[in-house]
Amino acid sequence: MSMRRQPWIAAAQKGLIWGGVAVFLALVGMVETFAGRQIVVGVISLGLALPVLTAVVAGYQGAQGHPGGAPGAFLARGALGGAAVGTVVSGLVVLGTFVNMRSMFVSASPTMFETLSFGRGVSGIPLVLLGAAAVGAVGAAASLLSPGVRRPLVTALAWTLGIGLFQELLQILLHAEGTRTAVRELLFVEDGLSMRGATIVFALAWGATAGWARRGGAVRQWHGRLSAPRQRVLRLSSLGAAVALLLLVPLGGGLFLSQVLVLVGLFALLGLGLNIVVGFAGLLDLGYVAFFAIGAYTVGLLTSVGEHGIIGLSFWAAVPVAVAVSLVAGVLLGVPVLGIRGDYLAIATLGFGEIIRILVLSDFLRPWLGGSQGVLGIPKPMIGGFEFRGPEQLFYLTLASCALVIFIAMRLRDSRLGRAWMAVREDEDVAEAMGINLVNVKLMAFAMGAAFGGLSGAIFAVMLGSIFPHSFQLLISINVLALIIVGGMGSMPGVIVGSLFLVGMPELLREFAEYRFLIYGASLVLMMQLRPEGLWPAAALRRELHAAEEMGPSGRAEAAAGSGRPLEE
Amino acid sequence: MQRSLMRRFSVVDLYLWAFRIVVLMVVVWGMIGTIMARRYPGDVWIDFVVFGMSQGSIYALIALGYTMVYGILRMINFAHGEVFMSGAYTGYFVAAAFGRSGYLDRNPVVSLLVVLAVAMITSTAIALLLERVAYRPLRRSPRLVPLIAAIGASFFLQYTFRGFFGSGFQAYPEAQMLKGTWVIAGIGILRTQAVVLVASVLMMLGLYAFVMRTKTGTAMRAVSEDREAAALMGIDVDRAIVIAFAVGASMAGAAGFLYAIVFKQVHFFMGFVPGIKAFTAAVLGGIGNIPGAMLGGLFLGLFESVGPILFLEGLGIVAPYQLKDVIAFTMLVMVLIFRPSGIMGERLVAKKA
Repeated sequence: MSMRRQPWIAAAQKGLIWGGVAVFLALVGMVETFAGRQIVVGVISLGLALPVLTAVVAGYQGAQGHPGGAPGAFLARGALGGAAVGTVVSGLVVLGTFVNMRSMFVSASPTMFETLSFGRGVSGIPLVLLGAAAVGAVGAAASLLSPGVRRPLVTALAWTLGIGLFQELLQILLHAEGTRTAVRELLFVEDGLSMRGATIVFALAWGATAGWARRGGAVRQWHGRLSAPRQRVLRLSSLGAAVALLLLVPLGGGLFLSQVLVLVGLFALLGLGLNIVVGFAGLLDLGYVAFFAIGAYTVGLLTSVGEHGIIGLSFWAAVPVAVAVSLVAGVLLGVPVLGIRGDYLAIATLGFGEIIRILVLSDFLRPWLGGSQGVLGIPKPMIGGFEFRGPEQLFYLTLASCALVIFIAMRLRDSRLGRAWMAVREDEDVAEAMGINLVNVKLMAFAMGAAFGGLSGAIFAVMLGSIFPHSFQLLISINVLALIIVGGMGSMPGVIVGSLFLVGMPELLREFAEYRFLIYGASLVLMMQLRPEGLWPAAALRRELHAAEEMGPSGRAEAAAGSGRPLEE
Repeated sequence: MQRSLMRRFSVVDLYLWAFRIVVLMVVVWGMIGTIMARRYPGDVWIDFVVFGMSQGSIYALIALGYTMVYGILRMINFAHGEVFMSGAYTGYFVAAAFGRSGYLDRNPVVSLLVVLAVAMITSTAIALLLERVAYRPLRRSPRLVPLIAAIGASFFLQYTFRGFFGSGFQAYPEAQMLKGTWVIAGIGILRTQAVVLVASVLMMLGLYAFVMRTKTGTAMRAVSEDREAAALMGIDVDRAIVIAFAVGASMAGAAGFLYAIVFKQVHFFMGFVPGIKAFTAAVLGGIGNIPGAMLGGLFLGLFESVGPILFLEGLGIVAPYQLKDVIAFTMLVMVLIFRPSGIMGERLVAKKA
């Protein structure tokens, strides 16, 4: 008896847990804030999609408990899981109707309850329960589908979601005469994706994924049959096309997109620098923002035409100085912490970072650094007659710096020094025994990381035209750390992926900005548990994982142990 | 080879010595300058000392959580500052309700005790949840993995509270009983500070007795000495870890309550700086060492309260109180660099860390 009942109880438990997640999302304010962000106009908003998604997941997970059962029982368990989510959500709606929750929870607003109960309040509860059960059953059904059907379905849904969310940006991109306007009018209405557009996108994405599933093997085979130089040409030309596309972004994408991409680029620069310290050499540095600040303030003080400017250098003369100053600062702050390992190092560097911020902010250094008023009047860089006026122009500067830094970091990684860093990361004592000079190697890591951070700071200074100590809080360090870890420690494509996700997304979807650090925090915790190697792991790590897969299940445990390698002291 | 190694090390050593000497000179010079200036009469100094002691005892209470968890798991629970904040914050809601109904002034002792209990219970609940969800799955991971998860958890908790309760400061209600000063042995002490001092000393004594005298406390000490051996002796290691988190968190919750009655406001970010400082206190006293954390906390509080005036004003620095945190962070960095085993010189760390 209990054997037969257990999967049902498990399904209900899963549902209750996910219901708790849904209530958390509601109370933290996400449901309310995202209710304004339409995915398909008039059908579903992101605010509603969040609780719906929890019900889908609850249904999917709840159905799993008892493999091999009849499909009917499977769906029913999914529905039970979904209904449990619905029950918890309804409980919140009832509570919110009879108690004034708003005196405590600022987000428990009428909008939120309307979104959760389909605008009907308590009388909407049967609808909520039914809907949640249905959605849970859909989640369960998803796990019954064959992969050949499920994959195109999920991909098509993801595309629809993505295009719905980024409609604003896409509409700007499509804001031109001719075919582009025709496409825009086909897919979008004023404030989002129309039902017609959603259907078209869904169908196209489905078709493309299904088509690729059928024909992809043949294309890959054709590519495999090409001679090596041919493949190289193909690779280079696709790279060239990507670069050309990037170069065209400011022309087609306009101010907003360029602005976002400049920020992404700045954080990618910071990430590439911190990646050397954390990812390559395994030294967890939480005070990294200090070098960003040092670079920014050096450029600010050297170039400013305002009250705190010293000599009014040009940007191009000031940048090398800023990089050099950051590099020296990296060494100066690196020397004292040479002997500290692991978690103590993280706290010590955090201390340094805070000391520098407080000093900059203080009245004590105000005559030189401007205190909380900051340094104003930083002129934009010029080449000949071309002024890097706004984000559209600065985009090229950032892109060029990123390219330069990626090149340097790649060469460093593959150099003797790079191998020494990785040896230190794997095991400090063994590395030392192998004849690696720990002092030099660690200082080089700190210095290179600091130099990249300084460069990023320099661009940041000219981007804003004025700098304030409040821009250099610990949160920046955490932000950069989060993007490296999400992307994959020690992996340079990972840094780019990470900064696109963690910096680009919140900028494009303004509502996300509010929950940025909530999402960062959650993603750090989740990444450590589910995928410590990151979304785009470094080659060495991936090789280790693949080796384990080839070895079979016995090697898997080893791989799991190895996947956290870069974090080891 | 040998010689070149020696030479390089001596450059680093030289730098470190220069660092020490500069800090020492700043301190000595500043002290001389301040004392020569004679701007502050004796009772002002006594005020500073009392304030520092009460501040320090709050740090000490928080530091206990760091030190106990580190002693057992060798892990910096970076989110401990947020555990402290969560206690203070939920205590606020109860206190505000009491304040509105007038119960706070009719029955101040009972209502303050209830607020204290709520703060301690919430902090404990949050810490246990944290341990279960974020840390336990990572127990066998390399050491930086739980630290990064803890950093993530810290920000997650902060911004959860921000999302739940808003980003502004909330004013803690004041009990009439705690306004004004008491005169004890000829020294006027703010009542809140006296309460903080007495309460935290009582709590620390209770904790010390718990750890030294009870069976559970002995089990915890055994686990922190050697986890494997303790497990072999039949001690439930998981239980010891959970209790360390719970006890540390309840101390942090109590600290949150005390902090709130001294500073009379709560904020979602309030846990960060006290958290770091309490960690400093824990390291100062030798991490893993319970009496050390208490002394470290008091010492840090004292230093931080007296320091800006004593060391910095003598140097002619304007607004030295803005640099109060610099003193604490400098101490943190100096201790980590020069004496990671703490002033109490805990053997345990040298052996294990």
